[in-house]
Amino acid sequence: MKKRVIFLSSLLFALMADTAIAKTLNWARAGDSLTMDPHAQNEGPTHALSSQIYEPLIQRDMSGKQVAALATAWGPSKQNPNVWAFKLRQGVKFHDGAEFDSEDVVFSFQRAMSANSDMKELLSSVKEVRAAGKYGFEIETNGPNPIMAANLNDIYIMDKGWAEANKAVKVQDVKGGENTFAANNTNGTGPYKLVSRVTDSRTVLEANTNYWGKGQFPLEITKINYTPIKNAATRVAALLSGEVDFIQDVPVQDLSRVDNDSGLKVIKAPQNRVIFLGLNQGDDDLKTDNIEGRNPFADVRVRQAMNIAINRAAIQKVVMRGQSIPAGVAMPPFVNGWTKELDAIPAGGIDDAKALMTKAGFGDGFSITLNCPNDRYINDEAICQAAVGMLGQIGIKVNLDAKPKAQHFPLIGKLQTDFYMLGWGVPTYDSEYIFNFLVHTKGDKRGSWNGTRYSNPEIDKKIVSLASETNLQTRDTTIAEIWAQIQQDLLYLPIHHQVLNWGMANKVQTTVSPDDRARFKYFTIK
Amino acid sequence: MELSLFQYLIRRALQSGVVLLVTGLIAFSMFRFVGDPVENMMGQERTDADIELLREKLGLNDPFFIQYWNFLADAAQGDLGISFRQGRPVVEVLIERLPATIELASVSAFLAIIVGITLGVYVAIKPFGWLTNTVLTVSLIGVSLPTFLIGIMLIYLFAVELSWLPSFGRGETVQIGWWSTGLLTVSGIKAIILPAVTLGLYQMTMIMRLVRSEMSEVLNSDFIRFARSRGLPEQKINFRHALKNTLVPVITVTGLQLGSIIAFAIITETVFQWPGLGLLFIDSVQFVDIPIMASYLMFISLMFVSINLIVDILYVMIDPRLRIGEAS
Repeated sequence: MKKRVIFLSSLLFALMADTAIAKTLNWARAGDSLTMDPHAQNEGPTHALSSQIYEPLIQRDMSGKQVAALATAWGPSKQNPNVWAFKLRQGVKFHDGAEFDSEDVVFSFQRAMSANSDMKELLSSVKEVRAAGKYGFEIETNGPNPIMAANLNDIYIMDKGWAEANKAVKVQDVKGGENTFAANNTNGTGPYKLVSRVTDSRTVLEANTNYWGKGQFPLEITKINYTPIKNAATRVAALLSGEVDFIQDVPVQDLSRVDNDSGLKVIKAPQNRVIFLGLNQGDDDLKTDNIEGRNPFADVRVRQAMNIAINRAAIQKVVMRGQSIPAGVAMPPFVNGWTKELDAIPAGGIDDAKALMTKAGFGDGFSITLNCPNDRYINDEAICQAAVGMLGQIGIKVNLDAKPKAQHFPLIGKLQTDFYMLGWGVPTYDSEYIFNFLVHTKGDKRGSWNGTRYSNPEIDKKIVSLASETNLQTRDTTIAEIWAQIQQDLLYLPIHHQVLNWGMANKVQTTVSPDDRARFKYFTIK
Repeated sequence: MELSLFQYLIRRALQSGVVLLVTGLIAFSMFRFVGDPVENMMGQERTDADIELLREKLGLNDPFFIQYWNFLADAAQGDLGISFRQGRPVVEVLIERLPATIELASVSAFLAIIVGITLGVYVAIKPFGWLTNTVLTVSLIGVSLPTFLIGIMLIYLFAVELSWLPSFGRGETVQIGWWSTGLLTVSGIKAIILPAVTLGLYQMTMIMRLVRSEMSEVLNSDFIRFARSRGLPEQKINFRHALKNTLVPVITVTGLQLGSIIAFAIITETVFQWPGLGLLFIDSVQFVDIPIMASYLMFISLMFVSINLIVDILYVMIDPRLRIGEAS
C-alpha cells in the first residue's frame, strides 16, 4: 500500500513537473498549409505555418508594425537611391546548427525570384540582390523603391547549404513532377522546429531552444499541435470540449456560445480585409443588363444612388451579427492613405438615391447580374443577398449568381462579370498595393484585379509615379489625390471591413493581429 | 451453345473496362465546371501573364478529351500526376490517405454487421416486444436523418457534453510499413468510434431490417416447424437453423455495400476531420485539384466495377443456369 502511494505521488510529481516545462498549444483552423516550401505558395495559411519555422529579414509584430527579424537595420542607401541596404543579425543558427549569413539571404532571394516561385511578383522591381560582406545585404531595384521593406515580410530565408545538399535549390514545381525535399522538410531560423507533419491531419512543432530571440519574446509555448478542422461545427465542438485551445475562425453564429463558456473567450479585432462590390463602368454596354446600347453603371449618378442604397448598418447588424465595420472606402483602416473622412459612410436615404436614379434617366430601374463567391469571405453570399434587396428598393433588379471561389474569381480576371463582389487585404499596408491591382488600367504589369474597366491615364501616371517617389511626403500627397479621384468616380461600392474572431481557452493570452497571422512567439500561456 | 466460363470472364472484364473509361471521360468533361485551379494556385499578386503561363503549362487550355488522354497515357505508366494543391505525387497522397478510409469503412461495416444481425434476429424472434418497437422506431429515425446531422449530434453529446470521445481526427497512429493504423492505440480506437457509428448507421439499419424479414420468413417455413416438432431447443432452432439460412442474401448485400461505405465516407470524414480519401476529395473539389479528383474517381469506379465483377463471377460459378442464360 505504502509503496503504491509513493509510486503514485512520484508519478503525479513527474506529471506536474512535465507540465510545468512543456506548455502545449493545440491549434486548429479551417485550412491546412499547402506546402512547407516557403516560396511555393503565396497563401495565408501556408505562410502562417511557415512563419513559425522560417523568418524574413523584417517581420510584422502582432499589431502589424514592422520589426527586425533577420535584419537588424535597413534603409535606402545614401549613395544610390536604387539600393536598399540591410545589416544582418549575427550569431543566428539554423535549426540544423548551420550558421546564418549573407550567402543564405542572397540564395533565398534568388530562389524567391525564380520562375516557379509564387513570391516573385512581390520582388518584381528587383534588379539584383548581392551580399555586402558576411553580414551585409543589398537589393538593387529598377528605379528607387521607397517601400521595398513592406514587400519583404513573407520572403523567408533558407539555408543555402541545406538546400543544395538536399536538392531543394529549385522551388517545387507542380507540373515538373518534382516533389522537392523542401516541400516536406524544413530548416529555418525561426522560434519553432518542425517535428512531424501529415498533411490535412496533424503538424507538430517544437520550440527551438537555440532561438536568437530568447529574452526578447515571451516564447512560452514549447509545443504546438496544429490540426486543420474543415467543418466549422466540429471546429467549435473541439474548442468547447477542450481538445483544442485556439481556433482562428469562429463562425459568427457560434460566437456567443464560445464566449459564454466559462473556460473560453473570444477576442476580436478589425481584419486587414475590406469587402466591396465592383462595377463595370468602362464598357459601352453591359452583357447582363436589360438596357440596350447604354451602360447604366457608366453614369456616376447611378453609382452614387447604389452607394447610398446599400444599407451597411443593416448588413452589419443582420448578416454579420455585429461582426463587421461598415466601410466608406475600399481600403482597410491600417493602410497608409486611410483617413476617417474617406471611410465615412455615404450620407443620404432611399429618396435621395431614387432621385439620383431618376436624374440619370433610370427612374424605372434596370436589371443586372451580381456575381458573388460563396466560400471565400465571411457570409459572402448572404451579404450579396442583402444587397439584392437593398438595390431592389431603387428599382435595380439584381439577379444573384453565387459560386465557389474557383469559379467566381476567374470571372473578374477575364472581364466576364459586370457586377461582382471582391475582398482585398493589403499585405504591404500601403495604398500603392491597392492602386496597382484594383485601380490602374488593366494591363500586363498592373491592374490584374481591376474588373471595372476603369481607365484614367492621369491616375495611371500618378500610380506609376508612386513606385519611385522617394520623398514620402510628396508620395502621401499623391496617394491622397488618387483616393479623392477614386471616391469621386466611385469605382467600387465599399461594404465593410471584416472582423477577426479568435476563440481560445482562458489560459491563452494574445492580441489579434490584423493579418490573421498567429505569431506564437508572442503568445503567453498559463 | 454453352459459353465457357473463360469466355464469359473475358467478356465481363472488357465490359468493366469500358465502364471505367466512360466514367473517366464523364469526370473530365465535368472538371471545367468545377472552376479554375490556377485561381487557387497563385497568390493575389499574380499577373494575367502568369495565369496564362501556368494554364498552358498544366495543359488546362487543351480540350477535355485531350486532358483525359494525357491523364490515361501517364496513368498507364503508373504516373497519376502531381497534386495541384499539395505539390506531391498523387500516388503518394492516395497511399497516405487510403489506410484511414479502409479502417473506418471496415470498422463501421463490422459494427453494422454485428449489431445489425443481433438486433435483426431479436426483432424477428420477438416481433411484439416493447424493445422491438423501440429498436424499429429509433432505426427509422436513424435512417431518415442526414449523416451530417447525426455526426454533429454525436460530437455534441459524446465529445462536448460527456467528454468521453474525441470530436475529430484519428488519434495516435502507428506506422506499419506504408500502412498507418489507428487501431493499435487507445486514442486511435477512441477516435474511430463516433465516425464508424455515423458511417455505419445506415448499413446497420438496412442489415437489421433485411435479417428481420428473411428470418421471419424462414421461421415460418416447414423445416423450422419440423425442427420444432422434433423437440429441438428454441435456441438451436433460431441460431443454428434459421439464422444460417438467412445469411446468404445478407452477406451478398453487405459485400456490395462495402463499396458504397468507402465511396460515401466523404461526409462522415468531413464532419470528423478524418484524414481519409473522402476528406481529400472534398478539399480537392474546392481547390479544383484535377489530378486528385480524377484519380479518386477512377479509383472508386474501379472498386465498384471490381466488386460487381467478382460478385457476377461468383454467381456464375455457383449457378450454372446463368451461363446457359447468357448463351441463349
